[in-house]
Amino acid sequence: MDRTLKTLAPLLAGLVFGIGLIAAGMTDPAKVLAFLDLAGAWDPSLALVMGGAIAVALVPFGWAKRHRRTLTGEPVQWPTARGLDGRLLGGGALFGIGWGLAGLCPGPAVVALAAGLEGVWVFVLAMLAGLLAVDLFDARR
Amino acid sequence: MAALAGGVLIGAASALYLLLAGRIAGITGILAGPLLALARRRPLAAQRPQLLFLVGLLAAPLVWRLFAPLPEATLSAGTGVLVAAGLLVGVGTRLANGCTSGHGVCGLARLSPRSLVNVLVFMGAGFATVYVVRHALGA
Repeated sequence: MDRTLKTLAPLLAGLVFGIGLIAAGMTDPAKVLAFLDLAGAWDPSLALVMGGAIAVALVPFGWAKRHRRTLTGEPVQWPTARGLDGRLLGGGALFGIGWGLAGLCPGPAVVALAAGLEGVWVFVLAMLAGLLAVDLFDARR
Repeated sequence: MAALAGGVLIGAASALYLLLAGRIAGITGILAGPLLALARRRPLAAQRPQLLFLVGLLAAPLVWRLFAPLPEATLSAGTGVLVAAGLLVGVGTRLANGCTSGHGVCGLARLSPRSLVNVLVFMGAGFATVYVVRHALGA
């Protein structure tokens, strides 16, 4: 039972997450760019994606924060970083620029890849190289 | 309404991953974990929840197609822009330890001040970039 749950829970979470991204319109880069285009024909609807997601997640996340364990009693892998630093700010800025250039962020890019969106593999390969580059650079210092 | 419904599903999936797998559903970390294990030739067994989540994510459009045609999607950026954008997104999200999902959904849902700052920065940078590309440069 426990073993089945450990396989099914992440699999189902990924599937529902991906279905949510498609339903929300996040896997259409043109729609994402329309959301980011405040000075153009602004399409604010994507704000509801983050709003809806946070509204649903607020109570479960609060519960996990207090109990520090999962429903099956195992520890939660909670982020440990504290305080504001250059990596958090600079990283956010670089990410935002890349997001605004292509209209893609990591989750939707992965889903769009599986959906066969033309050309998205170029973005995904570059993104994976970027992810890896940070760790390889850190390891050399 | 579709955006709200999609958001509700994303929030529910993040809660499921947290409450049953004990992890933050951040796509940056979910990609970087297995990728680093591969690069460093470490066993992938420790990355099991992340890999299963990725399988689910990749299966989403295939499952969707069983019931309905996928919605229209248009990627207009050329190859050079896609390479630059991909590198920026990869480096930026890794440096900040999260993206729209890890900081934007999970981080805000757990009321993390770091996540709030990161979200404000990347949203601001996203708005500014589209403004520069579409209106200042007039491309």
